[in-house]
Amino acid sequence: MSDAVIRVVGLGKSYATAAGLFPALKGVDLEIQAGEYLAIMGPSGSGKSTFMNLLGCLDTPSTGDYYLTGQNVAHLDKDALAGLRNRTLGFVFQGFNLLPRMSLQDNVALPLVYAGFAKDSRRARARELLTKVGLGNYAESLPSRISGGQQQRVAIARALVNQPRLILADEPTGNLDSHTSEEIMRLFGELNAEGITIVLVTHEADVAAHAKRQVRFHDGEIVSDQLTGSGA
Amino acid sequence: MLKAMLGEAWLAMGANRLRTALTMLGMIIGVGAVVIMMAIGQGAQYAVQQTISTMGSNLFIVLSGSFTTAGVRSGSAGAPTLNVADANAIAELDGVVNVSPTHQGSRQLVYGSQNWSSQVLGTTPEYLEARAWNVVEGAAFGDSDVRSATRVALIGKTVADNLFNGDNPVGKTMRIQQNPFIVIGVLGSKGQNLDGRDQDDTVIIPLSTAQRKVFGTPFLGSVRMIMVQADAADNMQRVMDATTSLLRQRHRLREGQPDDFFMRNLSAAAESEAETTRTMSILLGAIASISLIVGGIGIMNIMLVSVTERTREIGIRMAIGARQQDILTQFLLEAVMISFAGCLLGLLLGLIIALAINAFTGMVIVISGSAALIAFAVAAGVGVFFGWYPARKAAQLDPIEALRYQ
Repeated sequence: MSDAVIRVVGLGKSYATAAGLFPALKGVDLEIQAGEYLAIMGPSGSGKSTFMNLLGCLDTPSTGDYYLTGQNVAHLDKDALAGLRNRTLGFVFQGFNLLPRMSLQDNVALPLVYAGFAKDSRRARARELLTKVGLGNYAESLPSRISGGQQQRVAIARALVNQPRLILADEPTGNLDSHTSEEIMRLFGELNAEGITIVLVTHEADVAAHAKRQVRFHDGEIVSDQLTGSGA
Repeated sequence: MLKAMLGEAWLAMGANRLRTALTMLGMIIGVGAVVIMMAIGQGAQYAVQQTISTMGSNLFIVLSGSFTTAGVRSGSAGAPTLNVADANAIAELDGVVNVSPTHQGSRQLVYGSQNWSSQVLGTTPEYLEARAWNVVEGAAFGDSDVRSATRVALIGKTVADNLFNGDNPVGKTMRIQQNPFIVIGVLGSKGQNLDGRDQDDTVIIPLSTAQRKVFGTPFLGSVRMIMVQADAADNMQRVMDATTSLLRQRHRLREGQPDDFFMRNLSAAAESEAETTRTMSILLGAIASISLIVGGIGIMNIMLVSVTERTREIGIRMAIGARQQDILTQFLLEAVMISFAGCLLGLLLGLIIALAINAFTGMVIVISGSAALIAFAVAAGVGVFFGWYPARKAAQLDPIEALRYQ
C-alpha cells in the first residue's frame, strides 16, 4: 500500500455541457504499485482519456482524491501540478509532440530547462538519453528529419530525462506502423524492466498485450482489472 | 534558464523572419521618429539658447521718456530724462548686479578710403560684462577712459570686416564723423539677435566720450538708456518695480503723473521664444510618440497571432513542466526582444536621418544621450506593456485544451 505510485479514491470528473453536468468519470478507485506495467483500454468516450489527464496532473478532479507517490495532488494549484509533470511524471503522446524548430537534443533537454538545470548538464543528460533510445547520432537534427518511430523514441527520451518514477503514454503507437510499434513497445518493456512504472492507454489489444495488467473502462467506470502475466 | 529562454525567443523570431521584420519596422519608425523629432526640437531650443546667451541674461533697459512739442510726440528716448546719476542710484538697489548707462546713435565711420555707417554705443565697461561680451583682439577700455573721455573704440566684427578690409584694426585710427578714434580692440562675434539685427555691426566707445564728442547732450550726464542686470530671473520683476519707484522718486513725479521713462524686459522676449521652442519640441515628441504606440500595438497584434499559432507548443511545454510564469516570461521576452531590436535599429536610423538633415539643410540638431536612453526605456516599456496581454493569455491556457489544439 505504501509503495503505491498511484492511488485514486472515488475519482470523478464532470464536464459542464448544454444539457447539464456530464460525468465523464464516475468515482474510480485504482491503485498502481511501483514497477507495474499497466494498460488502460476502452472504447472512445469510456473516460480513459479523462482518467489519463487526471493521472498526468493536466487536470484536476471534480471529486475524489489522487495520491501520487503518497501525496494527495487532487487540489494542488497549477504551478505545483507543473512541478509534478516536470519531475515525477513523463509523458509520451500519440502525436509525439516534439517542438519542430528545436534539435532533438534541445527537445529532450527542455524539461530540464524548466527544472532549472545548467546548460552543460542539460546537454550531457540529453545526449545520454538519446543514446539510450538509439539516436545518439542525431542529436543536432531537427524532428522533421527523422521517422515517426524515431520521433516517438525521442519523445520517450524526453519523458525520461528528469528521471521520473512514472511514464504515462497516451496511444503511443497510434500513429506508427506495426513494425515500429513493436520497437516502441520493446523499449517500454526495457524501461519497465529497469523499474520504471508504465501506464499506457491503447485500444489495440496486441499493444495492450505487452502490459502486465489490463484495466478496462466503460462509461466512466472500470469494468475489468486483470493481470495478463504475459509481460513484454 | 533566462539564457535558454533568450535563445528560444531568438529562434522564434527567426522562424518567421518577414513577420518579425515587419513588426520591428513599426518600432523602428516609432523610435526613429522620436529620435529625429527630439534632435530637431532640442536643436531649436539650443539655437534659441545660444541667441539668448549672446544677449546676456536677466537684462532690462530703461529708456528716457518722450516729449511733446506742439502735439508732436518724440517717441521713446526723445526727452533727456535719464542721467548717469540715475544709473548710479539704480546700482545701489537690492538684486542689481550690473548697471550700464548708454548713449547711442548711428554714425558714419571712416578709415582710409573706406567708410561705413554703424551703431555707435557710448557706455561703461560694465556693459560688456552684462552682455557677456569679450574682446578677442586688443583690450577693452576701463573706467579711467570713461573718466577722462579718451577717444578709444572697440569695434564689432562686421565693422572690422567692412572698414578695415583685412587689415588688423587694433592700433589703427578711424574717424567717427570728424573725431579720430584709436581702435583698441575687436569684439567677439555675437551674430544676430532675436530680431535678426546684426549685433556685430557696433562700435563701443566710453560713455563720456560719446556724450561730449559724438552725440552731445542736452544736459550734462544725460543718457538715452540704462541697461540693468538683475541677479536672478526670479528677481527681475522685483528689481524692475524697485527701479520704477526709485526713478519716479528721483524725477519728483507725483502720484497720478505718468512715468517719464520706459522700461523693457529684454529677457522676457527671449524667454517667450524659448518657451515657444520648448512647446514645439514637446509637441514634436508627442506626435512621434504616437508612432511608437502604433508600433507597440503592432507587436501586440503579432504576439496574439503568435500565441494562437503556437497554442499546441504551449500545451506541450506545459505538459512537460512549464509553469505559467515560464510561459509568460517566454512570450514577454520575445516581445521585449522585438521592441529592443526595433529600438536599436530605430535609434540608428533616426541618428542617420538627423545627421543627414543637418548636413543637407544646416538645421541645428542636438542628439543627446538622454534622448536615446529615454527612447530605449520607452521601447522596453512598450514591449512589456503590449507584450503582457498576449503573454498572459498564453500562460493562462488550459494545458489539455492547448494540447488538443490543431
